[in-house]
Amino acid sequence: MTTPLLDVSDLTVRFSQDRGKVYAVNGVSYSLARGETLAVVGESGSGKSAHVLAMPGLLGTGRYTGAGAAVEVGGSAVFAGKELIGMPEAELRRLRGSRIGFVFQDPMSSLNPVLTVGEQIAEAITSHGVSPRTAEARALDLLDIVGIPEPRRRARHFPHQFSGGMRQRAMIAIGIACEPALLIADEPTTALDVLVQAQIIDLMKDLRRQLGMAMIWITHDMGVVASIADTVQVMYGGRIMERGPVRAVFHDTRSAYTWGLLNSLPDAEMHAPSLAGRRPRLRQIPGQPPDMTQVPVGDPFAPRNRFATHRCLSETPPLQQVADGAPGHLVAAWYDLPQVLRAVAHRDASPQALTEMGT
Amino acid sequence: MIPSVQGNAPDLLRVEGLVRHYRGDAGIFSRHRHVVPAVDDVSFTIGRGETLGLVGESGSGKSTVGRLIMRLDDADAGRIVFDGRDITDLRGQGLIDLRRRLQVVFQDPYASLNPRRRVGDIVGAGLRAHGVETSQSGLRDRVAGLFRRVGLDPGQLDRYPHEFSGGQRQRIGIARALSLEPELIVADEPITALDVSIQAQIINLLLDLQDETGLSYLFIAHDLGMVRHISHRVAVMRRGRIVEYGPVGAVFDDARHPYTRALISAIPIPDPDREASRRQIAGDDGEVASDAKLREVGRGHWVLA
Repeated sequence: MTTPLLDVSDLTVRFSQDRGKVYAVNGVSYSLARGETLAVVGESGSGKSAHVLAMPGLLGTGRYTGAGAAVEVGGSAVFAGKELIGMPEAELRRLRGSRIGFVFQDPMSSLNPVLTVGEQIAEAITSHGVSPRTAEARALDLLDIVGIPEPRRRARHFPHQFSGGMRQRAMIAIGIACEPALLIADEPTTALDVLVQAQIIDLMKDLRRQLGMAMIWITHDMGVVASIADTVQVMYGGRIMERGPVRAVFHDTRSAYTWGLLNSLPDAEMHAPSLAGRRPRLRQIPGQPPDMTQVPVGDPFAPRNRFATHRCLSETPPLQQVADGAPGHLVAAWYDLPQVLRAVAHRDASPQALTEMGT
Repeated sequence: MIPSVQGNAPDLLRVEGLVRHYRGDAGIFSRHRHVVPAVDDVSFTIGRGETLGLVGESGSGKSTVGRLIMRLDDADAGRIVFDGRDITDLRGQGLIDLRRRLQVVFQDPYASLNPRRRVGDIVGAGLRAHGVETSQSGLRDRVAGLFRRVGLDPGQLDRYPHEFSGGQRQRIGIARALSLEPELIVADEPITALDVSIQAQIINLLLDLQDETGLSYLFIAHDLGMVRHISHRVAVMRRGRIVEYGPVGAVFDDARHPYTRALISAIPIPDPDREASRRQIAGDDGEVASDAKLREVGRGHWVLA
C-alpha cells in the first residue's frame, strides 16, 4: 500500500473562551489517499470544520473562532510526509496555497474587495515564486479553466462585479492556482442557489479529474455527499461516528446518528398531501445538539439515541471496522444497528413507530 | 386572470396582480438609474388550513412577497385581500388588528429575538399589547401553555435567548407567532438556519400546529424537498414572476415550465446510486416575455407561457 497523502491521528482541538473551554474535536484519526475525495458531514459544533482547518493552521486566524479565543491543537497530522501540528507559521503559510488549496463558503469575505479578480489570482501564484508576467498569463488560463467567460475582460473586474456563482469560480481558481495535492472545500456551495450549486459541483468534479488532486469537502448536505464523495465521514460531538465508502455508509448504515440524518430527510417519492387527512411526519431526531463546553463522556449521540445502552452513556466507543461490512467501513457504536432495527421492525410492524426515534 | 382556488371554501388570502419595484442604481455616481421589478404581477390564493409553498432562488422576489403580505412594505400595484377584506392600503388601527390574525416566523432565530428580554416576555408581548391578557398570572399561564404547545419547557420562561439552541429559539419564535391565534403565518425560510437534525423537528411541529388549529401557512423556502413535504400547493418564482403554480404533486411530478424542471433536476439526491443516474435538465435563458401569462394546463396547475 502506498503512503497516504494525509495521515491524521488522535487530533484534538480545544477553544478557551471567557465562558470556559469548548471541546471541539475529541480524538479524530483517519487517512486520505492521493486523489481521494472525502466528504465530512456533520452539523454546527460537530467538529467537521474545526478539525480540518486546525491542520493547516487556519483556526488561530479568527475566521472560525471569536477574537481572543485561544486554540489548542493536539495529536498529529502528517501531510506528504511532514507533520503539520506544531509546524512554524512561515512554513505553514508556504504550504497553504501551494500544496494545500482552499475554497470557502462565502467568496465575498474571502476575496479582497479592492483588488481585481485577475490580480488576486496572479498574487496567489507569484507568492509562490513565479514571475509576474507568467502569473498574469496563468491567471487568465485559470479563469478559463473554471468557466469564467471572456477571461481577459473579467480579470480586470472587482469581486463585487461578479455574481455569487462567478465569485465562487474565482475562489476556486485561486484555490487550484498552484495545482495543490489537496483542496479543502468548506461548504463551498451552501450559500449558492441550487442551479449554481450544480454547476460548481460539476466544475469541481472536472478539476479533480484533470488535476488528480485529493479533496476534503465539508458539508451538511447528504445530497451533495452522495454526489461528490468517494469516502464519507460522519461527525458528531467532535468525533467520527461512522466512516467508509459512500455506498456502504448510505446503504449499510451502522451509526444511529447517520441513520437518523438520512431518515429525517423528506422522501421525494412521497405522495402529494391533500387538505383532508393527516400528512406524514418526518422521522425527526429528538433533542438538541450536545453542549460542547462539557467534558465529553461516552458516545456523544447517546442522549438523543433511543437505541443507546448504559454503556453508550458512560464509555466512548472506539471507531472500528464493521465486522461484516465493506472494507474501510468503520463505526463507533456499542450497539449493532442492523440488529436493533430488525428487532424494532419485528416488535412494531408499523413504520410509524419509527417516526420519533426517541423514547 | 387570477388562478382560482381548488376547493369551494372562500380563500383566506387572495393576492391579485401584486407589483413592487425597487429603484436600483449601480453606484452613487451612476447615471443609469433603472427600475428593478422585485415582484411583478404576482397572484395566488391560500385557503383555510392550507399551506402554499413559495420557492425560488435568491433575488426571485419570494421574500418580498412575504413582506408585502405582512404589510411591512407597500405594493406599487395590485391587491391583497385577507378574509374578504382589502388590506393593501390598511393603516393605523386596522393594521394593528390585522397583526392578530396574520403573523410571521423569521429565518434567523438568533437575530429575531431581543437578547435583553426574557423569552417568556418575548412570547407574551403580543398578548399584552393587544390587551388579550392583562393579569400577570393569566399572562404567565398562557405563555406556559404556548411553551408546552411548541415543545419547550415552561420552567424556562425566565431565561434569555442566548441560553437556548437554534432549534429551541425557532420554537420560541413560533410560540410568539402563535400567541394571538393567527389564521395565517408567513414563514420566511424558517428552517434554513437550522441544523439538519433539527429541521425535521420544526417541520413536524408546523404540521402538528396546522392539524390542531387549522391555520394556514405561506411557507417561503428554497429547499424544494421540504417545500414538497409541507405544502399543499406550490408557486415557483423567478425574477419577480410566478412561472408555475399548482398542487404539489402536479408541479413536482409533472413540471411544465423549463425553469421548474431545471430546478427540480438540479437537487442532489441523498442516495449515491440514484444520484449517479440523476439527469440534469438545462434551464432556459431566463428571459420572460413581457406579455407572458399564466395559463391553466391541468386542474389548478398554471404555467407562465
